Amino acid sequence: MWAFVFRDWHLTRRYISWVFVFVFYAIVNSATIALIGKAQDDFRLTLTLLLGVLLWSFLSAMYNEIANSISYERWEGTLEYTFMAPVSRLIHLSGVSLFAVLFSVVRTIVILIGLVLFIQVSVSGANLLGVLVVLLVGSLAFMGLGLMAAILPVMSPENGAQATNIFQGVLLLVSGIYYPVSVLPAWLQPLAYLSPATYALEASRKLMGINNPDSTPERLVGAPLSAVLPELGILFVMGLVFIPMGLLVFSWAERWAKQTGKLKRTG
Amino acid sequence: MQVLEKNVAVKLAIEVHGLRKVFRKRESLLRGQVKEEWALKGVSFVVQEGETYSLLGPNGSGKSTLIRILSTLLTQDGGEVRVLGYRLPQEERFLRRLMGRVSVDAAFYKKLSARENLLYAAQLYGLEPRAAERRAMAILERLGIESRRFNDPLEEMSRGMQQKIAITRALLINPPLLLLDEPTTGLDPKSRRDVQAFLEDLRREQGTTILLTTHDMAEAERLSHRIGFLARGNLVAEGTAEELKAQAGTEDLEEAFIVLTGEDIKEDEEQDA
Repeated sequence: MWAFVFRDWHLTRRYISWVFVFVFYAIVNSATIALIGKAQDDFRLTLTLLLGVLLWSFLSAMYNEIANSISYERWEGTLEYTFMAPVSRLIHLSGVSLFAVLFSVVRTIVILIGLVLFIQVSVSGANLLGVLVVLLVGSLAFMGLGLMAAILPVMSPENGAQATNIFQGVLLLVSGIYYPVSVLPAWLQPLAYLSPATYALEASRKLMGINNPDSTPERLVGAPLSAVLPELGILFVMGLVFIPMGLLVFSWAERWAKQTGKLKRTG
Repeated sequence: MQVLEKNVAVKLAIEVHGLRKVFRKRESLLRGQVKEEWALKGVSFVVQEGETYSLLGPNGSGKSTLIRILSTLLTQDGGEVRVLGYRLPQEERFLRRLMGRVSVDAAFYKKLSARENLLYAAQLYGLEPRAAERRAMAILERLGIESRRFNDPLEEMSRGMQQKIAITRALLINPPLLLLDEPTTGLDPKSRRDVQAFLEDLRREQGTTILLTTHDMAEAERLSHRIGFLARGNLVAEGTAEELKAQAGTEDLEEAFIVLTGEDIKEDEEQDA
Protein backbone atom coordinates (compact mmCIF):
# COMPACT_ATOMS: atom_id res chain seq x y z
CA MET A 1 0.00 0.00 0.00
CA TRP A 2 2.88 2.34 0.83
CA ALA A 3 4.13 2.03 -2.74
CA PHE A 4 1.16 4.12 -3.89
CA VAL A 5 1.64 6.67 -1.13
CA PHE A 6 5.35 6.84 -2.08
CA ARG A 7 4.48 7.32 -5.76
CA ASP A 8 1.75 9.91 -5.21
CA TRP A 9 3.87 11.87 -2.73
CA HIS A 10 6.73 12.14 -5.22
CA LEU A 11 4.35 13.01 -8.07
CA THR A 12 2.81 15.76 -5.93
CA ARG A 13 6.32 17.02 -5.12
CA ARG A 14 7.25 17.11 -8.82
CA TYR A 15 4.04 18.95 -9.70
CA ILE A 16 4.27 21.28 -6.70
CA SER A 17 3.82 24.43 -8.81
CA TRP A 18 0.49 23.04 -10.04
CA VAL A 19 -0.50 22.30 -6.44
CA PHE A 20 0.28 25.91 -5.44
CA VAL A 21 -1.76 27.26 -8.35
CA PHE A 22 -4.76 25.05 -7.58
CA VAL A 23 -4.65 25.79 -3.84
CA PHE A 24 -4.39 29.52 -4.54
CA TYR A 25 -7.38 29.30 -6.86
CA ALA A 26 -9.29 27.27 -4.24
CA ILE A 27 -8.60 29.93 -1.58
CA VAL A 28 -9.73 32.75 -3.89
CA ASN A 29 -12.80 30.81 -5.01
CA SER A 30 -13.70 29.97 -1.40
CA ALA A 31 -13.23 33.57 -0.32
CA THR A 32 -15.54 34.89 -3.06
CA ILE A 33 -18.26 32.51 -1.90
CA ALA A 34 -17.80 33.26 1.82
CA LEU A 35 -17.82 37.02 1.12
CA ILE A 36 -21.44 36.73 -0.04
CA GLY A 37 -22.31 36.11 3.61
CA LYS A 38 -20.13 39.00 4.74
CA ALA A 39 -21.92 41.30 2.32
CA GLN A 40 -25.21 40.33 3.96
CA ASP A 41 -23.63 40.99 7.37
CA ASP A 42 -24.95 37.60 8.45
CA PHE A 43 -22.46 35.50 10.41
CA ARG A 44 -24.65 32.37 10.10
CA LEU A 45 -24.75 32.66 6.30
CA THR A 46 -21.01 33.41 6.20
CA LEU A 47 -20.24 30.32 8.27
CA THR A 48 -22.65 28.16 6.26
CA LEU A 49 -20.91 29.16 3.06
CA LEU A 50 -17.45 28.82 4.63
CA LEU A 51 -18.21 25.35 5.93
CA GLY A 52 -19.79 24.33 2.62
CA VAL A 53 -16.84 25.51 0.58
CA LEU A 54 -14.30 23.84 2.87
CA LEU A 55 -16.14 20.56 3.13
CA TRP A 56 -16.76 20.40 -0.59
CA SER A 57 -13.14 21.31 -1.22
CA PHE A 58 -12.05 18.40 0.97
CA LEU A 59 -14.45 15.82 -0.40
CA SER A 60 -14.06 16.82 -4.04
CA ALA A 61 -10.24 16.86 -3.79
CA MET A 62 -10.29 13.36 -2.35
CA TYR A 63 -12.83 12.13 -4.89
CA ASN A 64 -10.76 13.61 -7.74
CA GLU A 65 -7.52 12.07 -6.51
CA ILE A 66 -9.12 8.61 -6.47
CA ALA A 67 -11.26 8.90 -9.59
CA ASN A 68 -8.46 10.40 -11.68
CA SER A 69 -5.67 8.12 -10.48
CA ILE A 70 -6.66 5.53 -13.09
CA SER A 71 -6.90 8.02 -15.95
CA TYR A 72 -3.52 9.43 -14.93
CA GLU A 73 -1.96 5.96 -14.97
CA ARG A 74 -3.47 5.28 -18.35
CA TRP A 75 -2.14 8.61 -19.64
CA GLU A 76 1.39 7.73 -18.46
CA GLY A 77 1.02 4.19 -19.80
CA THR A 78 1.79 2.64 -16.41
CA LEU A 79 -1.66 1.15 -15.81
CA GLU A 80 -0.69 -2.18 -17.37
CA TYR A 81 2.35 -2.45 -15.09
CA THR A 82 0.26 -1.72 -12.00
CA PHE A 83 -2.27 -4.36 -13.04
CA MET A 84 0.53 -6.88 -13.66
CA ALA A 85 2.00 -6.38 -10.17
CA PRO A 86 1.18 -8.83 -7.37
CA VAL A 87 -1.05 -6.32 -5.61
CA SER A 88 -4.75 -6.87 -4.98
CA ARG A 89 -7.11 -4.20 -6.19
CA LEU A 90 -8.12 -3.59 -2.55
CA ILE A 91 -4.53 -2.74 -1.62
CA HIS A 92 -4.00 -0.74 -4.82
CA LEU A 93 -7.06 1.42 -4.38
CA SER A 94 -6.61 1.69 -0.59
CA GLY A 95 -3.11 3.04 -1.17
CA VAL A 96 -4.43 5.60 -3.65
CA SER A 97 -7.24 6.53 -1.20
CA LEU A 98 -4.89 6.84 1.78
CA PHE A 99 -2.76 9.40 -0.01
CA ALA A 100 -5.90 11.15 -1.25
CA VAL A 101 -7.19 11.57 2.33
CA LEU A 102 -3.83 12.81 3.63
CA PHE A 103 -3.44 15.22 0.72
CA SER A 104 -7.00 16.52 1.08
CA VAL A 105 -6.65 17.11 4.84
CA VAL A 106 -3.48 19.16 4.36
CA ARG A 107 -4.99 21.04 1.41
CA THR A 108 -8.14 21.89 3.38
CA ILE A 109 -6.13 23.10 6.40
CA VAL A 110 -4.13 25.40 4.10
CA ILE A 111 -7.33 26.75 2.54
CA LEU A 112 -8.87 27.25 6.00
CA ILE A 113 -5.83 29.22 7.16
CA GLY A 114 -5.97 31.31 3.97
CA LEU A 115 -9.65 32.04 4.49
CA VAL A 116 -9.33 32.92 8.17
CA LEU A 117 -6.57 35.39 7.29
CA PHE A 118 -8.68 36.91 4.53
CA ILE A 119 -12.14 36.92 6.09
CA GLN A 120 -12.59 38.11 9.63
CA VAL A 121 -14.73 35.38 11.07
CA SER A 122 -14.65 33.80 14.50
CA VAL A 123 -14.89 30.03 14.90
CA SER A 124 -14.36 30.22 18.64
CA GLY A 125 -16.60 27.74 20.43
CA ALA A 126 -17.06 25.53 17.38
CA ASN A 127 -16.34 21.82 17.81
CA LEU A 128 -13.63 21.70 15.10
CA LEU A 129 -12.27 18.38 16.30
CA GLY A 130 -15.74 16.94 15.85
CA VAL A 131 -15.84 18.34 12.31
CA LEU A 132 -12.54 16.59 11.58
CA VAL A 133 -14.03 13.30 12.83
CA VAL A 134 -17.05 13.80 10.54
CA LEU A 135 -14.76 14.52 7.59
CA LEU A 136 -12.73 11.37 8.19
CA VAL A 137 -15.80 9.15 8.61
CA GLY A 138 -17.41 10.80 5.54
CA SER A 139 -14.19 10.10 3.63
CA LEU A 140 -15.02 6.39 3.64
CA ALA A 141 -18.23 6.89 1.68
CA PHE A 142 -16.53 9.31 -0.73
CA MET A 143 -13.74 6.78 -1.26
CA GLY A 144 -16.39 4.29 -2.36
CA LEU A 145 -17.89 6.83 -4.75
CA GLY A 146 -14.41 7.64 -6.06
CA LEU A 147 -13.76 3.95 -6.70
CA MET A 148 -17.00 3.68 -8.66
CA ALA A 149 -16.14 6.78 -10.67
CA ALA A 150 -12.62 5.44 -11.32
CA ILE A 151 -14.04 2.80 -13.64
CA LEU A 152 -15.16 5.45 -16.11
CA PRO A 153 -11.63 6.16 -17.43
CA VAL A 154 -11.08 2.39 -17.67
CA MET A 155 -14.18 2.00 -19.82
CA SER A 156 -13.68 5.07 -21.98
CA PRO A 157 -10.18 6.51 -22.34
CA GLU A 158 -11.48 9.49 -24.29
CA ASN A 159 -14.50 10.51 -22.23
CA GLY A 160 -14.15 8.68 -18.93
CA ALA A 161 -12.19 11.33 -17.05
CA GLN A 162 -14.67 14.02 -18.10
CA ALA A 163 -17.60 11.82 -17.09
CA THR A 164 -16.30 11.71 -13.50
CA ASN A 165 -16.96 15.49 -13.40
CA ILE A 166 -20.65 14.94 -14.24
CA PHE A 167 -20.92 12.53 -11.32
CA GLN A 168 -19.21 15.06 -9.07
CA GLY A 169 -21.44 17.88 -10.34
CA VAL A 170 -24.59 15.95 -9.46
CA LEU A 171 -23.28 15.42 -5.92
CA LEU A 172 -22.57 19.14 -5.61
CA LEU A 173 -26.09 19.97 -6.77
CA VAL A 174 -28.04 17.58 -4.56
CA SER A 175 -26.01 17.70 -1.34
CA GLY A 176 -27.07 21.18 -0.21
CA ILE A 177 -23.52 22.43 0.08
CA TYR A 178 -24.50 26.13 0.08
CA TYR A 179 -28.27 25.92 0.59
CA PRO A 180 -30.83 23.78 2.37
CA VAL A 181 -31.88 20.65 0.50
CA SER A 182 -35.49 21.86 0.82
CA VAL A 183 -34.94 24.49 -1.90
CA LEU A 184 -34.20 21.79 -4.48
CA PRO A 185 -37.02 20.69 -6.82
CA ALA A 186 -39.11 18.06 -5.04
CA TRP A 187 -38.19 15.32 -7.53
CA LEU A 188 -34.48 15.92 -6.87
CA GLN A 189 -34.63 15.97 -3.08
CA PRO A 190 -34.60 12.18 -2.55
CA LEU A 191 -31.19 12.08 -4.21
CA ALA A 192 -29.82 14.28 -1.44
CA TYR A 193 -30.31 11.45 1.02
CA LEU A 194 -28.08 9.19 -1.07
CA SER A 195 -25.20 11.65 -0.94
CA PRO A 196 -22.74 11.35 1.99
CA ALA A 197 -22.02 15.07 1.68
CA THR A 198 -25.58 15.84 2.87
CA TYR A 199 -25.01 14.07 6.19
CA ALA A 200 -21.46 15.35 6.58
CA LEU A 201 -22.76 18.91 6.18
CA GLU A 202 -25.70 18.47 8.54
CA ALA A 203 -23.41 17.07 11.21
CA SER A 204 -20.74 19.72 10.69
CA ARG A 205 -23.26 22.59 10.92
CA LYS A 206 -24.43 21.26 14.29
CA LEU A 207 -20.84 20.81 15.49
CA MET A 208 -19.99 24.36 14.42
CA GLY A 209 -23.11 25.67 16.14
CA ILE A 210 -24.11 27.64 13.04
CA ASN A 211 -27.86 27.28 13.59
CA ASN A 212 -27.71 27.23 17.39
CA PRO A 213 -29.82 30.19 18.64
CA ASP A 214 -27.26 30.78 21.42
CA SER A 215 -24.39 31.32 18.97
CA THR A 216 -23.19 34.89 18.45
CA PRO A 217 -20.77 36.34 15.88
CA GLU A 218 -18.11 36.42 18.63
CA ARG A 219 -18.71 32.96 20.11
CA LEU A 220 -20.33 29.92 18.59
CA VAL A 221 -22.00 27.20 20.63
CA GLY A 222 -20.97 23.99 18.91
CA ALA A 223 -22.69 20.69 19.66
CA PRO A 224 -20.80 17.77 21.19
CA LEU A 225 -19.96 14.78 19.00
CA SER A 226 -22.70 12.75 20.68
CA ALA A 227 -25.28 15.09 19.11
CA VAL A 228 -24.35 13.93 15.59
CA LEU A 229 -24.16 10.20 16.21
CA PRO A 230 -27.09 9.50 13.83
CA GLU A 231 -25.32 11.30 10.95
CA LEU A 232 -22.01 9.61 11.83
CA GLY A 233 -23.78 6.25 11.84
CA ILE A 234 -25.30 6.88 8.40
CA LEU A 235 -21.93 8.01 7.02
CA PHE A 236 -20.23 4.95 8.45
CA VAL A 237 -22.83 2.59 6.99
CA MET A 238 -22.53 4.38 3.63
CA GLY A 239 -18.78 3.77 3.75
CA LEU A 240 -19.34 0.12 4.60
CA VAL A 241 -21.66 -0.22 1.61
CA PHE A 242 -19.97 2.07 -0.95
CA ILE A 243 -16.39 0.79 -0.56
CA PRO A 244 -17.13 -2.90 -1.24
CA MET A 245 -19.55 -1.79 -3.96
CA GLY A 246 -16.81 0.36 -5.50
CA LEU A 247 -14.34 -2.54 -5.41
CA LEU A 248 -16.90 -4.89 -6.93
CA VAL A 249 -17.76 -2.49 -9.74
CA PHE A 250 -14.05 -1.89 -10.32
CA SER A 251 -13.37 -5.63 -10.58
CA TRP A 252 -16.14 -5.95 -13.19
CA ALA A 253 -14.63 -3.08 -15.15
CA GLU A 254 -11.16 -4.64 -14.92
CA ARG A 255 -12.44 -7.97 -16.22
CA TRP A 256 -14.26 -6.22 -19.06
CA ALA A 257 -11.15 -4.15 -19.89
CA LYS A 258 -9.05 -7.33 -20.07
CA GLN A 259 -11.59 -8.88 -22.38
CA THR A 260 -11.78 -5.90 -24.73
CA GLY A 261 -8.16 -4.73 -24.55
CA LYS A 262 -8.92 -1.38 -22.91
CA LEU A 263 -6.00 -1.37 -20.47
CA LYS A 264 -3.36 -0.16 -22.88
CA ARG A 265 -2.52 3.49 -23.27
CA THR A 266 -4.31 3.98 -26.57
CA GLY A 267 -7.36 2.11 -25.34
CA MET B 1 22.00 -18.63 -33.18
CA GLN B 2 21.75 -20.19 -29.74
CA VAL B 3 21.76 -23.92 -29.06
CA LEU B 4 19.96 -25.39 -26.07
CA GLU B 5 21.84 -27.94 -23.99
CA LYS B 6 20.87 -31.51 -24.79
CA ASN B 7 20.22 -34.29 -22.29
CA VAL B 8 18.49 -31.98 -19.84
CA ALA B 9 15.00 -32.91 -18.71
CA VAL B 10 12.82 -30.49 -20.69
CA LYS B 11 10.40 -28.36 -18.71
CA LEU B 12 8.02 -26.03 -20.44
CA ALA B 13 7.87 -22.41 -19.38
CA ILE B 14 5.11 -21.47 -21.84
CA GLU B 15 2.49 -23.74 -23.38
CA VAL B 16 0.02 -22.21 -25.83
CA HIS B 17 -2.56 -24.37 -27.58
CA GLY B 18 -5.12 -23.12 -30.11
CA LEU B 19 -4.99 -19.56 -28.78
CA ARG B 20 -7.65 -17.30 -30.24
CA LYS B 21 -8.42 -13.66 -29.60
CA VAL B 22 -10.96 -11.44 -31.29
CA PHE B 23 -11.54 -7.73 -30.88
CA ARG B 24 -15.05 -6.49 -31.51
CA LYS B 25 -15.76 -2.95 -32.56
CA ARG B 26 -19.20 -1.46 -32.87
CA GLU B 27 -19.36 0.10 -36.32
CA SER B 28 -22.65 1.88 -35.98
CA LEU B 29 -24.22 2.82 -32.67
CA LEU B 30 -27.72 2.89 -34.14
CA ARG B 31 -27.66 -0.29 -36.18
CA GLY B 32 -25.69 -2.20 -33.58
CA GLN B 33 -23.36 -3.66 -36.21
CA VAL B 34 -20.22 -5.17 -34.71
CA LYS B 35 -17.01 -5.65 -36.66
CA GLU B 36 -14.83 -8.57 -35.60
CA GLU B 37 -11.07 -8.53 -35.99
CA TRP B 38 -9.28 -11.78 -35.21
CA ALA B 39 -5.87 -10.96 -33.74
CA LEU B 40 -4.99 -14.61 -33.06
CA LYS B 41 -6.57 -17.47 -34.97
CA GLY B 42 -5.50 -20.61 -33.16
CA VAL B 43 -1.82 -20.16 -32.30
CA SER B 44 0.06 -23.07 -30.71
CA PHE B 45 3.67 -23.22 -29.55
CA VAL B 46 5.78 -24.05 -26.51
CA VAL B 47 8.84 -22.43 -24.97
CA GLN B 48 11.22 -24.48 -22.86
CA GLU B 49 12.66 -23.25 -19.59
CA GLY B 50 15.88 -21.34 -20.27
CA GLU B 51 15.05 -20.94 -23.94
CA THR B 52 14.90 -17.68 -25.87
CA TYR B 53 12.04 -17.83 -28.35
CA SER B 54 11.44 -15.00 -30.79
CA LEU B 55 8.20 -14.18 -32.52
CA LEU B 56 8.73 -12.37 -35.79
CA GLY B 57 5.92 -10.67 -37.59
CA PRO B 58 4.79 -7.41 -39.14
CA ASN B 59 2.54 -4.95 -37.33
CA GLY B 60 -0.93 -6.37 -36.82
CA SER B 61 0.30 -9.96 -36.91
CA GLY B 62 -0.77 -10.55 -33.29
CA LYS B 63 2.61 -10.37 -31.50
CA SER B 64 1.63 -7.78 -28.92
CA THR B 65 -1.76 -9.39 -28.34
CA LEU B 66 0.01 -12.66 -27.60
CA ILE B 67 2.43 -11.00 -25.16
CA ARG B 68 -0.48 -9.19 -23.46
CA ILE B 69 -2.33 -12.46 -22.93
CA LEU B 70 0.78 -14.06 -21.45
CA SER B 71 1.23 -10.96 -19.26
CA THR B 72 -2.31 -11.41 -17.82
CA LEU B 73 -3.42 -8.09 -19.34
CA LEU B 74 -5.81 -9.63 -21.86
CA THR B 75 -8.02 -12.67 -21.65
CA GLN B 76 -8.23 -15.05 -24.55
CA ASP B 77 -11.42 -16.02 -26.37
CA GLY B 78 -10.32 -19.58 -26.93
CA GLY B 79 -7.48 -22.02 -26.45
CA GLU B 80 -5.33 -22.94 -23.48
CA VAL B 81 -2.39 -21.06 -22.03
CA ARG B 82 -0.04 -22.22 -19.27
CA VAL B 83 2.81 -20.06 -18.08
CA LEU B 84 5.33 -21.59 -15.66
CA GLY B 85 2.73 -24.26 -15.00
CA TYR B 86 -0.11 -21.86 -14.17
CA ARG B 87 -3.28 -21.76 -16.27
CA LEU B 88 -4.36 -18.39 -17.59
CA PRO B 89 -6.47 -16.56 -16.73
CA GLN B 90 -7.63 -18.73 -13.80
CA GLU B 91 -4.31 -18.84 -11.94
CA GLU B 92 -2.85 -15.52 -13.01
CA ARG B 93 -2.34 -14.26 -9.44
CA PHE B 94 0.31 -16.94 -8.81
CA LEU B 95 2.25 -15.83 -11.85
CA ARG B 96 2.65 -12.15 -11.12
CA ARG B 97 5.82 -12.44 -9.03
CA LEU B 98 7.44 -14.67 -11.62
CA MET B 99 7.58 -12.61 -14.77
CA GLY B 100 8.85 -9.28 -15.99
CA ARG B 101 7.68 -7.46 -19.09
CA VAL B 102 9.19 -4.79 -21.27
CA SER B 103 6.99 -3.18 -23.90
CA VAL B 104 7.93 -1.18 -26.95
CA ASP B 105 7.02 2.09 -25.23
CA ALA B 106 8.86 2.54 -21.95
CA ALA B 107 5.90 3.47 -19.76
CA PHE B 108 6.94 5.44 -16.70
CA TYR B 109 5.96 8.41 -14.61
CA LYS B 110 8.03 10.74 -16.72
CA LYS B 111 8.28 13.48 -14.07
CA LEU B 112 9.72 11.05 -11.53
CA SER B 113 13.37 10.10 -11.49
CA ALA B 114 14.65 6.69 -12.51
CA ARG B 115 15.27 5.99 -8.82
CA GLU B 116 11.73 6.92 -7.81
CA ASN B 117 10.17 4.90 -10.62
CA LEU B 118 12.26 1.84 -9.80
CA LEU B 119 11.68 2.09 -6.04
CA TYR B 120 7.94 2.36 -6.66
CA ALA B 121 8.05 -0.77 -8.83
CA ALA B 122 10.18 -2.56 -6.22
CA GLN B 123 7.69 -1.78 -3.47
CA LEU B 124 4.83 -3.08 -5.61
CA TYR B 125 6.63 -6.40 -5.66
CA GLY B 126 7.38 -6.28 -1.93
CA LEU B 127 11.14 -5.76 -2.31
CA GLU B 128 13.11 -4.06 0.41
CA PRO B 129 13.95 -0.59 -0.98
CA ARG B 130 17.69 -0.59 -0.17
CA ALA B 131 18.25 -4.04 -1.62
CA ALA B 132 16.19 -3.05 -4.68
CA GLU B 133 18.25 0.11 -5.11
CA ARG B 134 21.53 -1.84 -4.99
CA ARG B 135 20.21 -4.34 -7.52
CA ALA B 136 18.93 -1.56 -9.79
CA MET B 137 22.31 0.18 -9.73
CA ALA B 138 24.09 -3.06 -10.61
CA ILE B 139 21.78 -3.73 -13.58
CA LEU B 140 21.98 -0.14 -14.82
CA GLU B 141 25.76 -0.24 -14.65
CA ARG B 142 25.82 -3.37 -16.80
CA LEU B 143 23.47 -1.69 -19.25
CA GLY B 144 25.88 1.21 -19.53
CA ILE B 145 23.97 3.89 -17.58
CA GLU B 146 26.04 6.08 -15.27
CA SER B 147 24.92 6.10 -11.64
CA ARG B 148 24.74 9.91 -11.62
CA ARG B 149 21.72 9.70 -13.95
CA PHE B 150 19.81 7.67 -11.37
CA ASN B 151 18.17 10.77 -9.90
CA ASP B 152 17.32 12.43 -13.22
CA PRO B 153 13.66 12.63 -14.25
CA LEU B 154 12.77 10.13 -16.96
CA GLU B 155 11.57 12.95 -19.20
CA GLU B 156 15.18 14.17 -19.44
CA MET B 157 16.47 10.82 -20.67
CA SER B 158 16.80 9.55 -24.22
CA ARG B 159 14.53 6.81 -25.46
CA GLY B 160 17.43 4.35 -25.30
CA MET B 161 18.06 5.19 -21.64
CA GLN B 162 14.36 4.96 -20.81
CA GLN B 163 14.23 1.53 -22.39
CA LYS B 164 17.22 0.44 -20.29
CA ILE B 165 15.41 1.65 -17.17
CA ALA B 166 12.38 -0.38 -18.33
CA ILE B 167 14.55 -3.48 -18.61
CA THR B 168 15.96 -2.79 -15.15
CA ARG B 169 12.42 -2.55 -13.78
CA ALA B 170 11.51 -5.90 -15.32
CA LEU B 171 14.61 -7.51 -13.83
CA LEU B 172 14.37 -6.08 -10.32
CA ILE B 173 12.46 -9.15 -9.16
CA ASN B 174 14.89 -11.47 -10.92
CA PRO B 175 12.04 -13.19 -12.79
CA PRO B 176 12.44 -16.67 -14.27
CA LEU B 177 10.43 -15.47 -17.30
CA LEU B 178 10.95 -12.28 -19.28
CA LEU B 179 8.42 -11.09 -21.88
CA LEU B 180 9.99 -8.58 -24.24
CA ASP B 181 7.73 -6.82 -26.73
CA GLU B 182 10.03 -5.16 -29.28
CA PRO B 183 12.44 -3.94 -26.57
CA THR B 184 14.99 -2.52 -29.01
CA THR B 185 12.67 -0.88 -31.54
CA GLY B 186 13.70 2.72 -32.06
CA LEU B 187 16.97 2.43 -30.16
CA ASP B 188 20.26 3.73 -31.49
CA PRO B 189 22.74 1.03 -32.59
CA LYS B 190 24.86 1.24 -29.43
CA SER B 191 21.87 0.98 -27.09
CA ARG B 192 20.56 -1.91 -29.17
CA ARG B 193 23.88 -3.74 -28.85
CA ASP B 194 24.03 -3.03 -25.08
CA VAL B 195 20.57 -4.49 -24.57
CA GLN B 196 21.23 -7.52 -26.74
CA ALA B 197 24.51 -8.28 -24.98
CA PHE B 198 22.83 -7.93 -21.60
CA LEU B 199 20.06 -10.35 -22.59
CA GLU B 200 22.66 -12.88 -23.70
CA ASP B 201 24.45 -12.56 -20.35
CA LEU B 202 21.20 -12.83 -18.47
CA ARG B 203 20.22 -16.05 -20.14
CA ARG B 204 23.68 -17.53 -19.69
CA GLU B 205 24.09 -16.53 -16.04
CA GLN B 206 20.51 -16.82 -14.72
CA GLY B 207 18.92 -19.27 -17.14
CA THR B 208 16.06 -16.82 -17.68
CA THR B 209 13.41 -17.89 -20.18
CA ILE B 210 12.84 -15.11 -22.70
CA LEU B 211 9.96 -14.60 -25.11
CA LEU B 212 10.90 -11.84 -27.52
CA THR B 213 8.90 -10.15 -30.25
CA THR B 214 10.84 -8.18 -32.78
CA HIS B 215 10.96 -6.82 -36.32
CA ASP B 216 14.72 -7.25 -36.39
CA MET B 217 15.85 -10.43 -38.16
CA ALA B 218 19.45 -10.09 -37.06
CA GLU B 219 18.40 -9.63 -33.45
CA ALA B 220 16.16 -12.68 -33.57
CA GLU B 221 18.93 -14.74 -35.13
CA ARG B 222 21.52 -13.57 -32.61
CA LEU B 223 19.46 -14.05 -29.47
CA SER B 224 17.08 -16.91 -30.16
CA HIS B 225 17.20 -20.66 -29.81
CA ARG B 226 14.05 -20.87 -31.90
CA ILE B 227 11.98 -18.46 -33.94
CA GLY B 228 8.29 -18.39 -34.83
CA PHE B 229 6.89 -16.51 -37.83
CA LEU B 230 3.56 -14.91 -37.04
CA ALA B 231 1.40 -13.51 -39.84
CA ARG B 232 -2.26 -12.43 -39.79
CA GLY B 233 -2.86 -14.13 -36.44
CA ASN B 234 -1.36 -17.48 -37.44
CA LEU B 235 1.93 -19.07 -36.49
CA VAL B 236 3.05 -19.88 -40.01
CA ALA B 237 6.36 -21.60 -39.24
CA GLU B 238 8.77 -22.19 -36.39
CA GLY B 239 12.18 -23.68 -35.80
CA THR B 240 15.78 -22.64 -35.46
CA ALA B 241 16.97 -19.97 -37.86
CA GLU B 242 18.75 -22.66 -39.88
CA GLU B 243 15.66 -24.84 -40.00
CA LEU B 244 13.50 -21.94 -41.20
CA LYS B 245 16.00 -21.04 -43.93
CA ALA B 246 16.17 -24.65 -45.02
CA GLN B 247 12.38 -24.93 -45.03
CA ALA B 248 12.11 -21.86 -47.24
CA GLY B 249 15.15 -22.76 -49.35
CA THR B 250 16.74 -19.36 -48.77
CA GLU B 251 20.08 -18.02 -47.62
CA ASP B 252 18.90 -15.54 -45.06
CA LEU B 253 16.15 -15.26 -42.50
CA GLU B 254 14.44 -12.27 -44.05
CA GLU B 255 13.96 -14.09 -47.34
CA ALA B 256 12.73 -17.11 -45.41
CA PHE B 257 10.18 -14.89 -43.72
CA ILE B 258 8.91 -13.56 -47.07
CA VAL B 259 8.72 -17.04 -48.59
CA LEU B 260 6.97 -18.64 -45.63
CA THR B 261 4.57 -15.85 -44.69
CA GLY B 262 4.02 -14.10 -48.03
CA GLU B 263 4.69 -10.79 -46.25
CA ASP B 264 7.64 -8.44 -46.21
CA ILE B 265 8.54 -7.33 -42.70
CA LYS B 266 10.80 -4.55 -44.07
CA GLU B 267 7.93 -2.95 -46.00
CA ASP B 268 5.99 -2.87 -42.80
CA GLU B 269 8.83 -1.17 -40.95
CA GLU B 270 9.14 1.44 -43.71
CA GLN B 271 5.43 2.13 -43.50
CA ASP B 272 5.80 2.60 -39.75
CA ALA B 273 8.62 5.06 -40.31
